Amino acid sequence: MSTQNSAVRSPGRPVLGRFAPPLRILGYAAVIALGLLYVVPFVLQLVTGFKTDPDAAAHPLGLIPTTPTTAAYQRLFGLSQAGEGVPFLRWLGNSAFVAVVVTAGRVLFDSMAGYALARLRFRGRGVLFAFVLSVMAVPGVALLIPKFLVLNTFGLFDTYTGMILPLLVDAAGIFIMKQFFESIPREVEEAARVDGAGVFRIFWSVVLPMARPALLTLTVLSFQGSWNEFTHFLVATQSSRYETLTTGLARLVSGGLGGGTQYPLKLAAALLATLPVAALFFCFQRYFVQGANAGAVKE
Amino acid sequence: MPRQDTTPVTAGGAPSTAGRPGTPDAPGAAGPGATPRPKSAPRVGRRAEGRWGWLFVSPMVIVLGLFLVLPILMALWVSLLHWDGQSNPFNGQTEFVGLDNYRALLTQDGLDRTLFATALRNNLYYVLLTVPLQTILALALALIVNQRMLRGRSILRTAFFFPSVTSSIAVSTIFLFLFQGSGAVNTALSWVGVKGPNWFNDPRGVLSLLLGGLGLVDTGHPSGVLADHSFMGLSWFEWLSGPSVAMCTIILLAVWTTSGTFMLIFLAALQDIPRELEEAAAIEGVNRRQLLRHVTLPALRPVLFLVLTLGLIATWQVFDQVYVMSQGAPGNTTLTPAFLSYSSAFGDADYGQGAAIAFILLALILAMTALQRLALRERAPRFRRSR
Repeated sequence: MSTQNSAVRSPGRPVLGRFAPPLRILGYAAVIALGLLYVVPFVLQLVTGFKTDPDAAAHPLGLIPTTPTTAAYQRLFGLSQAGEGVPFLRWLGNSAFVAVVVTAGRVLFDSMAGYALARLRFRGRGVLFAFVLSVMAVPGVALLIPKFLVLNTFGLFDTYTGMILPLLVDAAGIFIMKQFFESIPREVEEAARVDGAGVFRIFWSVVLPMARPALLTLTVLSFQGSWNEFTHFLVATQSSRYETLTTGLARLVSGGLGGGTQYPLKLAAALLATLPVAALFFCFQRYFVQGANAGAVKE
Repeated sequence: MPRQDTTPVTAGGAPSTAGRPGTPDAPGAAGPGATPRPKSAPRVGRRAEGRWGWLFVSPMVIVLGLFLVLPILMALWVSLLHWDGQSNPFNGQTEFVGLDNYRALLTQDGLDRTLFATALRNNLYYVLLTVPLQTILALALALIVNQRMLRGRSILRTAFFFPSVTSSIAVSTIFLFLFQGSGAVNTALSWVGVKGPNWFNDPRGVLSLLLGGLGLVDTGHPSGVLADHSFMGLSWFEWLSGPSVAMCTIILLAVWTTSGTFMLIFLAALQDIPRELEEAAAIEGVNRRQLLRHVTLPALRPVLFLVLTLGLIATWQVFDQVYVMSQGAPGNTTLTPAFLSYSSAFGDADYGQGAAIAFILLALILAMTALQRLALRERAPRFRRSR
């Protein structure tokens, strides 16, 4: 790769010219090796899902299954009776249900709160914003037992309500929305107000439509967050009917679902659990990037 | 942008026009109804706005109050009890033990303290290795992806970033597979003649392995000062033996998954460096190393600090990976305070102890966050919308 063509792309020329050809080839080799380090684990995961257990154990690095089989996927989808079934479809259903409700809730409530904190004048606003900032500093893992206590006391332990309700609002999302609403010029709202629109009308039909990019970022991040959520579900539920992809997979992998290494099965389940977020990522990478950087600017 | 342009003449908008004071708002300067002003019309609008404000934030206040503030207070109470999770801990029937749970962890000799000290040691090594490694790697990745003439840089960026967005449980599953005794990593190592360790079953500390390999310490029978002195129930030798091989695997996983996120933060900062600055340096005749050392890195310093502290805060919370990959094994060498807190409560039904560990961890992390915010406040806060 990359031996000729140096004058074609002039707009983004580097400051210091290009590396000398031998160095350049060496550099590309190193960069490709580095890239492979990030890609190969996923490739092996994909391939191993189509192997038999002995094949996976004997040839962990084999890129082509010696006896390709879809046994793992058949077991996950309940199509085969081999061994005890892994209730994968239930996990999938629970994950999807919770993630959709949580995402909808976060998008609505985070933007409402963000708008109020950015624009509406009311007593206690400053205190509330300071509260949001301090909430962002509270580490999730320190809340495992506290969350269990409160859910247990309210009788919400081991219910969908208990899984969903505490996730419906997140401080980081409020922060992102507040930042965005502050960047919208005030005149837009004032013009609407002059036209006789009330606070809710202005929020709903003037400001929110303008906030599309921020809302998309929030949607993507909320979905990713609730789909990948693990610790909250771990302490909020107990029975297997509430297991999600994360808690179910964790139990399967840490040995709670019976014998053998079963790596093809586990890796196939992990792959399927990754797919929705991966699809979202490849379509909306821009918003993930914004989310990563939004995490960086919290004062 | 759809600017609904200003033709306010319509619909005889007298009342609402009056209700719009064009004053710049200073929140808190004049709370609604705090200082009675002669103008009455604006105040009505303001009061309505105040009601809407509270209405808009009410879901946030309810959820964060009920599931964040209240639980913390409840757990603070439980950390003062000896509670096994059976009865209601708030009816006064449960045995109140005061600070005993904290004492057992910090000052009293015993199994609790030994376990807690072990967890602290493990996590400390985890932090000491993960934070610098992920920061350096993220910076390197950002510098690579920022090369203007590099082909396929957006594909590379995607590849580097992808592990960060996947579920920690799914990624841990992959690493368990890769690092089995006869797994992919060891097979690859055998190609170059290295016999890899049995990663997840190897409790030996890498520092002691290193020193033992050099013949400086007899790892089987540590002697002298190292064995005779102890701190919090662990001998100096145990404190200094380094992360276990198993822990190193979790460290590798953490570095691999988080480097992508931090790469993006560095990348945004790199693209913010004014090009004129670099060009001026180029005219001065600097070479690549000098450019990096004297122009690029100094410009990245605030972001470097941010990434380091974000890493510091996150690494003290490692839990998911430990849960899936090792549950603290082998020989408690992957035990972390977060996991110990969980397992004391939900495994050993000692919720008071678990809550106490959680609060010590909380205090530790909040202290670091406070430090970070304090230091970042010194610098002018810049808010950026990436590119």
